Amino acid sequence: MTSDDIPGNRPDRTVTPVTAASASASRSDAVIEATGVRRRYAGGFEAVAGVSFSVARGELFALLGTNGAGKTSTVELLEGLAVPDGGTVRVLGHDPFRERAAVRPRIGVMLQEGGFPSELTVTETVRMWAGCTSGARPTGEALELVGLSHRGRVRVKQLSGGERRRLDLAMALLGRPEMLFLDEPTTGLDAEGRRDTWELVRELRDGGTTVLLTTHYLEEAETLADRLAIMHRGRIVTAGTTAEVTAARPSRIRFELPEGVPAARLPLGLRAAADGQRIEIRTHRLQESLDELLTWARESDVRLLGLDARSASLEEAFLDIAQSASESEKVAA
Amino acid sequence: MASTTGTTGTGTAARTTVRGRLTALGRAEVFLLARNRTAVFVSLLMPAAMVLAMKSALKQSVLDGTGLSVAGAALTGGIGIVLIQAVYMNLVSSYVARREDLVLKRLRTGEVTDPEILVGTALPSVALALAQTVVIVVAGTAFFGLAAPQRPELLLAGLLLGVVLLAALAAATSVVTRTVQTSQLTTLPLFFISMMGSGLFVPLEVMPDPMASVCELLPVTGVMTLVRTGWLGGAGGSDLLVAAVTGLAWTGFAVFAVQRRFRWDPRR
Repeated sequence: MTSDDIPGNRPDRTVTPVTAASASASRSDAVIEATGVRRRYAGGFEAVAGVSFSVARGELFALLGTNGAGKTSTVELLEGLAVPDGGTVRVLGHDPFRERAAVRPRIGVMLQEGGFPSELTVTETVRMWAGCTSGARPTGEALELVGLSHRGRVRVKQLSGGERRRLDLAMALLGRPEMLFLDEPTTGLDAEGRRDTWELVRELRDGGTTVLLTTHYLEEAETLADRLAIMHRGRIVTAGTTAEVTAARPSRIRFELPEGVPAARLPLGLRAAADGQRIEIRTHRLQESLDELLTWARESDVRLLGLDARSASLEEAFLDIAQSASESEKVAA
Repeated sequence: MASTTGTTGTGTAARTTVRGRLTALGRAEVFLLARNRTAVFVSLLMPAAMVLAMKSALKQSVLDGTGLSVAGAALTGGIGIVLIQAVYMNLVSSYVARREDLVLKRLRTGEVTDPEILVGTALPSVALALAQTVVIVVAGTAFFGLAAPQRPELLLAGLLLGVVLLAALAAATSVVTRTVQTSQLTTLPLFFISMMGSGLFVPLEVMPDPMASVCELLPVTGVMTLVRTGWLGGAGGSDLLVAAVTGLAWTGFAVFAVQRRFRWDPRR
């Protein structure tokens, strides 16, 4: 892969209209259906506390969340590695645990943490996996996909973390799966490797593969996902397209007031939080708030240092959700 | 870069078979075994060294009245040592290594089933043990004056039972073994109990009766009785029945334990 392959703005990357995205996830068409799914661990800790969502055929769905939010615990249930303690999961119309023989040949899985024998070479590893995979791609093709062709004779233990991640991806793609599970696929990759993986995932999606991706890189979800859900403490807190998720969130204005200008002098219409001279304003009407602020600054002859205004991004939404969820828990406790 | 498009879905693609999957796993394990010098060294040399040590240590006078010759006792004991060393001890460290390297976890996401993972991993060690047994039998008849196996079908049955039993015990032992290094410790109890109590080193026939009856119930004793009788002849119907039943009971117990308790993930 070269950087030349990376397209700029493709027309098909524009955000799908809300209604179409929701409609395309109708039940008949769903590749993944999770309904009220729960998972409890031995100590009684409930890692997944009633999660419901569906992923339509050909869709790229991202599951976001802080560490320990329950993403991997959820995905493992969909992969058929464990049985949910409550609720139901269907993958390609089957129970992924009890009917694994029907599901496994049609899915590809990349675990957050999976391993290969360290003393095997890369090629030997792919061959082993190919022998256990229906309709496997040729070894050379699989390695070429992830840019590891030149590393075929190297032992797995000598690969870098990023190369190991790409080998794992090659295994997940080996059987040309209809449904691909990627649990934090770019963790440990450098910027270029990450872009290459994004490009590959996008191509697969364009080729009709349904993808479920977990990540804690918000940029990754923003770039790739058709729809996404944000998990926090075992629950889905919000879900939809990036536009839908960010729409309800406030925009943010930040700046610093010069010495001698107290925050109290700011116009009352603005909901400002002050940390010394540093001010942060959250607003649902960015243009009007900015207008009010700038007018005041000109009339009062105040210079706003490091002025920065931005619409709600996924990051804003994410931080906001994580924060408010923790606060409401504190209140409840 | 290669194209990601092409046939998505497996409607027409050839499905894998049990045989194909076991072959793929087994072949990978052969490479791994061949690259593990210590394991190969131990598997090949230890049994030979032990047989020679037994042969020089055992005195014919001790065996008088048992119907066993020194060579017969030492070489059939050698088969037992091969089973313990090549199958049991090797496999405990293989299972633990694959688990700790997250290989088992990764394999479980694919089409290969849980029993296939355990069997596939065991294949090269089992093949090595059977090959060494053939060498021992050939050497015994060619150089140590022993007759060809009297009841080959019993010898074969004993070997098969031994392989399954010790592979299952290896999987069970891996549950209580945290690292490859500690497998050298966790395999010792069965090793010593079998050496002393199952007729590998000291034939049960020379033990006082009460002790011999207890030892008859140990995991590997039944296998050893079948193997020894299969090669050298001797034991009668009821002894063989007891041997087969204890061997099968231990195998059943070990398989049950593995089904219930086997760990596919490293401890956290």
